[in-house]
Amino acid sequence: MQQWETTFNQLIDALLPQLQANEALTVELVAEESQFTRFNQAKVRQTGNIANGALTLTLMGKERSTTETEPYTGDKTVDWPLLLTALETLRAELPQLPTDPYLVLPEGDAQSREVYEGQLLTPDRVAPALMPPLQGLDAAGLYAGGRAARAYADSAGQRHWFETSTFTVDYSLFTPAGQAVKGTYAGREWEDAAYADTLDTSKTLLAQMAHPPKTNERGQYRTYFAPAAVAELMTMLSWGGIGEASIRRGGSALGALQRQEKPLSPHLHLTEDFTLGQVPRFNQYGELAPLTMPLITAGELVNTLVSARTAKEYGIPSTYAEGGEYLRSPALAPGTLADEDILAALDTGLYVSNLHYLNWSDRPKGRITGMTRYACFWVENGQIIAPIENLRFDESLYNFWGTQLMALTQSVQFMPEVGSYGYRDLGGTLVPGMLVDNFAYTL
Amino acid sequence: MTATPLRTIADPADLLQAAIASFNLAADWVGIRATREESVYRSQRDGKPESNRRSLAQGAMVEVLVDGQIGYAATNNFTVAGLRQAAQQAFQQAKAAAPGKIHAFQPDVRPTVLGVYQSPVEKPLKTLTTGHAHELLSRICQGLKVSDQIVQASASITAKEVDTWLASSSGTQVHQRFSFFSPSFGATAQDGAIVQTRSNNGRGHSYQAGWEFFDLGDELWALEQRTGEQAIELLTAAECPEMSTTLVLAPDQMMLQIHESIGHPLELDRILGDERNYAGGSFVKPADFGSLQYGSEQLNVTFDPTVEQEFASYAFDDTGVVAERQYLIREGMLQRGLGSHESQARLGVPGVACARATSWDRPPIDRMANINVEPGDRSFGQIIGSIEDGVYMEANRSWSIDDQRFKFQFGCEYGRRIRDGQLAETVRNPNYRATTPQFWGSLAQVGDRNTWQMFGTPFCGKGEPNQIIRVGHGAPVCAFNQIEVFGGAA
Repeated sequence: MQQWETTFNQLIDALLPQLQANEALTVELVAEESQFTRFNQAKVRQTGNIANGALTLTLMGKERSTTETEPYTGDKTVDWPLLLTALETLRAELPQLPTDPYLVLPEGDAQSREVYEGQLLTPDRVAPALMPPLQGLDAAGLYAGGRAARAYADSAGQRHWFETSTFTVDYSLFTPAGQAVKGTYAGREWEDAAYADTLDTSKTLLAQMAHPPKTNERGQYRTYFAPAAVAELMTMLSWGGIGEASIRRGGSALGALQRQEKPLSPHLHLTEDFTLGQVPRFNQYGELAPLTMPLITAGELVNTLVSARTAKEYGIPSTYAEGGEYLRSPALAPGTLADEDILAALDTGLYVSNLHYLNWSDRPKGRITGMTRYACFWVENGQIIAPIENLRFDESLYNFWGTQLMALTQSVQFMPEVGSYGYRDLGGTLVPGMLVDNFAYTL
Repeated sequence: MTATPLRTIADPADLLQAAIASFNLAADWVGIRATREESVYRSQRDGKPESNRRSLAQGAMVEVLVDGQIGYAATNNFTVAGLRQAAQQAFQQAKAAAPGKIHAFQPDVRPTVLGVYQSPVEKPLKTLTTGHAHELLSRICQGLKVSDQIVQASASITAKEVDTWLASSSGTQVHQRFSFFSPSFGATAQDGAIVQTRSNNGRGHSYQAGWEFFDLGDELWALEQRTGEQAIELLTAAECPEMSTTLVLAPDQMMLQIHESIGHPLELDRILGDERNYAGGSFVKPADFGSLQYGSEQLNVTFDPTVEQEFASYAFDDTGVVAERQYLIREGMLQRGLGSHESQARLGVPGVACARATSWDRPPIDRMANINVEPGDRSFGQIIGSIEDGVYMEANRSWSIDDQRFKFQFGCEYGRRIRDGQLAETVRNPNYRATTPQFWGSLAQVGDRNTWQMFGTPFCGKGEPNQIIRVGHGAPVCAFNQIEVFGGAA
């Protein structure tokens, strides 16, 4: 593992001299060593570790570009032949391609290096540390942890290295009737006591789920969304939301905001915030994003995520986004509602801890459908009455982040990314809870 | 040991056997699953190149069964030394977890088998040249742009050649060679705040074949033009009305309907609770197999990994179980679930050969393969002709269902009213919602073989750690009584 960075730099130093005149090259690295221990009924279902990595080369020349991804083992004797073959393959393909008017050539000399060490459980310690505190509970979930690296280099001279050691325990606890609470313990340093404290908080909440659930009729209810639920809603902005390309091409839910046809609430302040150091600041073009960049200020769209490619196509400045123009380190600013006042402010309505399976139901109108999930309660006169049977909602962001947004909480929580499609996700979302009036439930 | 990249090895069976022979572990069973996946993705937008990507992913997972617990370790360092190190790690994983194991597995969850499989291919993927691929994509984009109101025309192809090898201490030797091809295109039309997108069957074209599915000539050009024209047509169409009515679904929407409300709820690992922390559980209970009337008597559903060219066909699952066609639902009655040997051993109900992994770096879990609704005896004309008032919908664009696979809401790209036994005016933003038992119980008419079409997707997500996998779904046109339909936001 320690040799990942050394090998990467050696490979780049060997590869760049192989370039011919008028060729440009970028190289991206993703690598990780991961321990995955999956559990159900507080017992181990599957356990193992994975070492994986990939190098992605993009060769540019004659107004064309093409890309190849190859395995990266960290062993130069294994990786170098594959890399050299990939370069030759790309070089042979380049003339067969049509010209690309929006090609972004590497430029600049930006350099960065961030390394975050951690104190993680060794593989043999994971099950013994993870499982005993779960005894007596019906618990399901996943421990995922290990080192991860992201890196970039190009023929212009830019070079970046980001490495971090992190873990997440993403779990659910269930009552005999199937009601559940969700919890996450995550960080860079494992502490048995902190894990136990996190579980204790979930156990307390689980006790409230023991009451028979209330069935609500479809209709509009005042709703408090806990930070995990707000984070789920935020993810939708990365999928046909805040990206400039999607706005330009009719694929964004924020088109109406951008055209100033529909407003959002003046309470809403969204920022791309890299100060937490959870994810790399550099992108696939080698650009370093500013530490913070406002996107929505007082409900107005002040910046969008603009990649270098989109910038070139439309003749506008880049905002250093990735090619996919998705949020990388979003932070929603807190409001004025104190945590102890949440139930009183909700008065009568729904307390929603988590949401599930969100999708646009009418994207141009900003309408999202999805389900309530886990610890969701019916509240009357500021008192929790009972958990609820899960409800389907179908509501526009121009309502819940617009005219119907009543308040955001004073406190914010960091909701870590726990996904692992391909590689373990890094980073997370910093969000408050929010109180919304007349939220529409449809089934 | 000299490090030898897999790309230089035509068939690594000997390497796998040598590695297993070199393991010195006090284990009840050891196996290796190796994968090499070569992919090409090309796309254009508005006739200009967006992406040209190749990738090679390769590696191996070693599984070790010790004290009833399977431990795994996966590496992309594909050498005997690399595999030996992984085997040692897998052994330690199993030993550490065995005291808290959920079930004492026996070696029979990894049967001993010998065999090979190869996808049917007429035009090998590597014969589609870079230049020709982009000529086709460019022409499709041009064909889609039937009007200045088309603000985006996009087209792409994804081609993958995947080899998997299984080898084990009990003598298993399997090699399967797959060829996957997924062509896709669509057009987005805009008139002010109204935006509509139409695609080729909801981008559901994924097959196990060569690129013959893309070499359609005039048929392809006509299809792309119609796609662009329908995107424009939707701009001025009326919203789908809000009402309870007869709903007719085309096979390209049936694909999604089958996947979400039959496939996932029948997965035994969901019923066992393994997925409760991520994808969710199921409203189906273990006692329901053999006794639950899942839908009307018109409903017949098979797990069928033997359909030629369907996206998720195979001869063996990723644990070596021989794949066979099985009825999941017969005349509406639930027969069996989607569960591996491991899940069957834990739950005591029948399953199928469905332990599958997205690649070498993820363990196999219960998965759909091809889940198909079998054809009935009604022609498309007979179905529509029998409906006085209803809505016909094509091509999925929005999908959401709860964690028990009970309450769902799905949206389609394109709809038509049905009036007096005829397809009538086009409607936009057609959506519907229901609960799973209500929906399948309302199945009233099932189209015949002439209406049956198969589609597929490479993007079924599930599992912790997360995995995506290929699934195929074939279905006829189907009609459902008294379904709640509705249109877009006011």
